Amino acid sequence: MKDAPENLGLDYDPVRHPEGCRPGIDCDHWVIRGARLRDPSVGLDTTRDLFLANGRIVGIGEAPDDWPIDAAEHICTEGHWLIPGVIDGWARLREPGLEHKATIATESAAAVAGGITTLVIPPDTAPVLDTVAVARYIKRRAQLAGRTRVVAIGAMTQRLAGELLAEMAALDAGGCVAISNAHYPFHDLRLMRRALEYAATFDLQVLLQPIDPSLASRGCAHDGAVATRLGLPGLPVSAETAPLAQLIAMINETGARVHVPMLSSAAALKLIERAKADGLPITAGVSAHQLWLTEMDTDALDPNAHVIPPLRSMRDRDALRRGLAEGLIDTVVSDHQPHEPDAKLAPFPETEPGISGLETLLPLIMKLVEEKVMTFERALDALITRPAALFGLEDTGSITVGQRADLALIDPDSMWSLDTTGMASAGTNTPFAGWDFTHRVEATWVNGRRVFRRED
Amino acid sequence: MTPPDPLLPANEAIDRLETEIRAAQRRGEFVDPLIVGIHTGGVWVADALHRALGCSEPLGRLNITFYRDDFHTLGLHPQVSPSDLSVDVDGRDIILVDDVLFTGRTVRAAMNELFDYGRPRRIRLAVLYQRDGGELPICADWAGQRVTLGPDEQIHVDGPAPMTAHRVSSKES
Amino acid sequence: MAVHFVRPKIPKFAPDPWAIQFDKNGHLRHLLTIEGLGPQWVTRILDTAEGFVSVTDREIKKVPLLRGRTVVNLFFESSTRTRTTFELAAKRLSADVLNLNLATSATKKGESLLDTLRNIEAMQADMFVVRHEQSGAAHFIARHVAPHVSVVNAGDGWHSHPTQALLDAFTIRRHKGDFSPLRVAIVGDIRHSRVARSQMHVLNSLNVGELRVIAPRTLIPTDVEKLGVRVFHDMREGLRDVDVIIMLRLQRERMESGLLPSEEEFYRLYGLTEEKLAWAKHDAIVMHPGPANRGVEIESSVADGPQSVILEQVSNGIGVRMAVMSLCMSANRGDQA
Repeated sequence: MKDAPENLGLDYDPVRHPEGCRPGIDCDHWVIRGARLRDPSVGLDTTRDLFLANGRIVGIGEAPDDWPIDAAEHICTEGHWLIPGVIDGWARLREPGLEHKATIATESAAAVAGGITTLVIPPDTAPVLDTVAVARYIKRRAQLAGRTRVVAIGAMTQRLAGELLAEMAALDAGGCVAISNAHYPFHDLRLMRRALEYAATFDLQVLLQPIDPSLASRGCAHDGAVATRLGLPGLPVSAETAPLAQLIAMINETGARVHVPMLSSAAALKLIERAKADGLPITAGVSAHQLWLTEMDTDALDPNAHVIPPLRSMRDRDALRRGLAEGLIDTVVSDHQPHEPDAKLAPFPETEPGISGLETLLPLIMKLVEEKVMTFERALDALITRPAALFGLEDTGSITVGQRADLALIDPDSMWSLDTTGMASAGTNTPFAGWDFTHRVEATWVNGRRVFRRED
Repeated sequence: MTPPDPLLPANEAIDRLETEIRAAQRRGEFVDPLIVGIHTGGVWVADALHRALGCSEPLGRLNITFYRDDFHTLGLHPQVSPSDLSVDVDGRDIILVDDVLFTGRTVRAAMNELFDYGRPRRIRLAVLYQRDGGELPICADWAGQRVTLGPDEQIHVDGPAPMTAHRVSSKES
Repeated sequence: MAVHFVRPKIPKFAPDPWAIQFDKNGHLRHLLTIEGLGPQWVTRILDTAEGFVSVTDREIKKVPLLRGRTVVNLFFESSTRTRTTFELAAKRLSADVLNLNLATSATKKGESLLDTLRNIEAMQADMFVVRHEQSGAAHFIARHVAPHVSVVNAGDGWHSHPTQALLDAFTIRRHKGDFSPLRVAIVGDIRHSRVARSQMHVLNSLNVGELRVIAPRTLIPTDVEKLGVRVFHDMREGLRDVDVIIMLRLQRERMESGLLPSEEEFYRLYGLTEEKLAWAKHDAIVMHPGPANRGVEIESSVADGPQSVILEQVSNGIGVRMAVMSLCMSANRGDQA
């Protein structure tokens, strides 16, 4: 087992402690009363009290022997569900480098408002996350923010330039949960193969997003009927499948464990299916917006629907939904990319791609459950259990005594619609404004502390 | 308040207008006139005069849509047919014809347009009805009838054959 | 002769994103694309243009309709020809015209498009005529302009060039009258052509009998059939029984980016020569949005020949643009603020 990448409780700045409590004195003991505890990964579905102490779950139903009488209490409304906190496997917080868009502080507040207790950030920060120093900086900033846990994916090549290998083993030892070249291409296939071989030496989890730079070129929308009508440069499916096929060929040779974080097409899913059937160590994810939007949403030239990989056809969307429901697609991510308003104030092709997705990740997936596209069990599996396994986060992701107390309390009967003015993220760039949702997050605990509580 | 005058029927008004113009022609007030009607009612009247005076050249038609001064408030009227002035107007005597002379703005616009076609020697104005309410120093040289109407009344001329005219109250419509 | 071809049904996409073209009274305020205008507005523009085209035959080719209004030509992509026709149209309507060539200036130096817009708005402009290299730019500007400003799209990226398509339709109508029995073929670089896209919308909205596109596959965009056209790759087959041939301009970059091997091969296969013209109907008219590359997409003797209406397109263009400008500026602004 990998060392826990951090321990929020120990080197914590008391000034910034959530809700103004003093750590180790005021609120290290919590009892959450009256919630329906739901964790399908351990077969838990029961309405009982949950006891947290020193960042861990210490009792389900009954308090441990030395339980203090002055422990903090959270009394839940009847019918609210307590689930393990969501692990978002691909989210950009914009810090360091693009603090005018968002900061670790603003985005970790947005994460916990969306029930996300662990954020996994890709290495395309500035400076690039190719040294342990940058990883430490990010960890420290997250601790100062005092909301969600932030873990990092290290760079696979120096400065992500795709030319020289980064010190992957050092990054791993420094707490990075995986390595990736983000969406940057390798200089050539030989270097990519060597990077995979080197990663495989240390059994590192590799994340690679297949997108061919020449096929993608100026593309800003799915190469289909809508892009043709609007005269938008198209991004063909082959920009994803061609490099994915190359990647699969190299996984076969190198034995590297590779995860593709965001599939966008039915054809790519088919390649994943075959590779999995061949027993290759490949896994895949999908971003939540790809499960709801299609090229049709590009039709009104709404810059908030500008994403890479692009929104594709209805057929692709349906295949991705099926793939996720069946577990062929392992995980679901927010692909969170907060932007300042100016980034979206331009003609569609000139706008920066990306959606601010932290606060809609869980709601969009629960909406799929609501519409019976997938089961609740599978939803939590994709949001929590499999990401925890993927990133080796064995201390979190389930409601078991001894696990980190990373929990989200949700109101399954709530009815709400997304109002961008109420978003915690610094980026309000979302195409889901005005959408109706249920399963609102009411409160969130990270490492045994209540870091979010909805004020109504 | 004086009671409004009764309106002459259109055919009688045309007859009177024709008589006045013939008299003017005999007095030599114009030579070899070019008759130009303002779209649409003016063209009907002009057509009748054109036949009666036996002019050799084709009738001119002006559509003053592009010259209106109320574009800002009323916008562009749907286009029916463009202006048609196939004869050179330079140095000519022109009889400009409209159905009703009210504010004078239509005639002003028509004269502006005429001058974009060339430099006529003389322009005379003939209207079927001249009513009160002028807003510009424009007066008909010849009119079938000069009438005073109530403040909310208008004259509606229908055509082309037969031409009829009646007064309508904008209050009722 | 009856035309038996049944046009494919054009699928309806998301709720009409082009409603922005109309003010709240349903009057045309911006012209961004032909989409959403419907046959009524297209016909109304063409009818209005008839009146303006007659103005251009007069001694004084000017009417006082837009006196005191200011038209700003905002050209983010240089195009002397298109700018000149818009300028002439505005001047013939007695508007004041300001030409801003932004292709090389502020926006390239980091000033945002919106900043530029706000600055020019402050000069009390009434209309922006916009040419931009990005698809959707005119739409973006229309979405953000002050309520008293109208926007006319003079070409955005590969998306739309509505006045060009309208003047083409106007020219076809003058020569052929009714559209429903007509077969029209558009030949050349369909993929990168905003003109072709707008022509498809305008001709389909006027219920043209059959609309064809002829080009090699590299120049045909994905799923173009859904825009209501039939795709041909062979000129002889594609030109058979055609009443109108529209040739598109081929840009040299197409060879450099590997879409075509050479100008010579393109000319051999798709260039409109007298020999190929004979494959169409004997009274077919030949059109080109200009400027034509002689010897690349069209033979000189065809461009200058009796069937060519290319110069007529240019002069009709002024009347059509006068119609569009005056219609858009007559939207009732009083209750828009």
